[in-house]
Amino acid sequence: MRPGARPGLLADLPRLAVLSLGALVILAPYLWMLSASLKPGSEIFRDSLALLPERLYAVENYSKAFREVPLLRFLFNGAVVCGLILLLQLLFAVPCAYALAKLRWRGRETMFALVLGGLLIPAHVPALPLYAGLAAAGLLDTYAALVAPFVISVFGIFMFRQAFRALPDELIQAARIDGMGELGIVWRVVLPNAWPTATAFATFSVVAHWNDLFWPLVAVQSAELATPALGVLFFRAEEAGNDVGALMAASVVVTAPMVAFFLLAQRRFIQGVATAGLKG
Amino acid sequence: MSEARTTPALRWALGEAAAGWLLAAPAATALFLLLLGPSLALIALSFTDWELGAPGLRWIGLDNYAELLDDRTFLTALRNTLVYVGVVMPISIALGLGIALLVEGGTRLRAAFRAIYFLPVVSLLVAMATAWQYLLHPTIGPVNRLLGMLGIAPINWLGSSDWVMTSLCAIGVWENIGYVVVLFMAGLTAIPSELHAAAEVDGARSPWARFRLVTWPLLGPTTLFVVTIIAIRCLRVFDTVAALTRGGPNNASEVLLHVMYKEGFSYFRIGYSAAITAVFLAVVLALMLLQNRLLDRRVHYA
Repeated sequence: MRPGARPGLLADLPRLAVLSLGALVILAPYLWMLSASLKPGSEIFRDSLALLPERLYAVENYSKAFREVPLLRFLFNGAVVCGLILLLQLLFAVPCAYALAKLRWRGRETMFALVLGGLLIPAHVPALPLYAGLAAAGLLDTYAALVAPFVISVFGIFMFRQAFRALPDELIQAARIDGMGELGIVWRVVLPNAWPTATAFATFSVVAHWNDLFWPLVAVQSAELATPALGVLFFRAEEAGNDVGALMAASVVVTAPMVAFFLLAQRRFIQGVATAGLKG
Repeated sequence: MSEARTTPALRWALGEAAAGWLLAAPAATALFLLLLGPSLALIALSFTDWELGAPGLRWIGLDNYAELLDDRTFLTALRNTLVYVGVVMPISIALGLGIALLVEGGTRLRAAFRAIYFLPVVSLLVAMATAWQYLLHPTIGPVNRLLGMLGIAPINWLGSSDWVMTSLCAIGVWENIGYVVVLFMAGLTAIPSELHAAAEVDGARSPWARFRLVTWPLLGPTTLFVVTIIAIRCLRVFDTVAALTRGGPNNASEVLLHVMYKEGFSYFRIGYSAAITAVFLAVVLALMLLQNRLLDRRVHYA
């Protein structure tokens, strides 16, 4: 079982069998979700475990899903909200991380201590005061309400600081000698040199906010602003929510983008989400 | 700051301090406005009777906390949340470690298995919960049909108070296991294979002995990290409850964040909901403190 010594296929079979069995359990909800989205109601309700539909009903299920709720709108909202959050998180976190990693100034240790303190606070904790504040400002039920609480990512500051500290000082000195300003150094020298950290953070951030249900549920009431996670709840509340085939079709549509994205960029994803596990 | 190259060192030090301030200022402002300030406000609110829309608020000291002690819904939620953590965390970690060892134990299909097990972590949980609801449906669900073939009577997985927590915990294990697998796989690759060879020479003949003597002790720091992450993920259980049971039937599946959500954002009892959130925060912080203590001790051994 040591790495390097590749056992024969026969010796490897028990391992493969156990792992495949587990994988089947993990994949079961995906398989049946997909299967039910292709079947007419009569087959779903029939007593059988067949995965493949006898009569393909995909067009009916999927068109019903798209007709009942604005699924494309949910996906669009998800993309807009995740994109805005990521952009703003970078705008706030990257310069701050650079100042913490490479510049000497009074208050730096205090600021870093506050960042570490912030890492301990789950996002649900400031939710009530933020909600009250947004309500008072008349900003509930807007994109701004969906994005605002997340523009500061203490985790992002922390992650980028660690990455920037590893960069050689000579790199920054050389840019200064070339007459580059500090902001230029941040965006054109330091960030490009910490690219793996940036992509890991980006995948982590996008996954976290695409999948977040709690805050959209709090901040938004109208379907026009719903993110995919909230959209699923809207669909279930509709009459079509009782139509298993259409409901599964809607679930497939909102799950597919992130799964496809993951399968295309597996390594980055696993790196981003797993190393970033601390906060979410 | 571009003139820095020609100015003396003192000017640069001043410029550096100013640059540091300016670059950190937006983040510092946002940190106060959006995270630290509201979190302090939350603690303060938990000592008031504020309800959204009410004209004013009164300082009521610990009354909210006293009410929590008599609130059966809250107590059920607290107990359910701790049960959820106590069940989902050890099972996901045990199974995840086993899977990670198996995946790393050979070279075939390593990446494929890792991807499959990790899939639930990146999938939209509300949507997958909906898929689980179909799987667990009492009459048309494939799970009951499978059990029916074995002669087992159908079970109302999500609709009966006897089974609902079991079902939610099962979904929780499904959701978290990939996380554990990936973290342990990273920890396992960091263990030099010579150590296993050396242990074998020294008489650790069986794989189990090598696991107990080499792998497990060296995985210590990883395990502690995994325990904390999974415990906190479990404490935050909300999506599956909000989508599938709304705490029902009869509060049998009520959890902390869902009660907090209902009190605060449905009934608008901000003060009371703030007290629930404070309890949630206290549990999270206690857990992290415990991890830190253990980590300190570990580091001295290593």
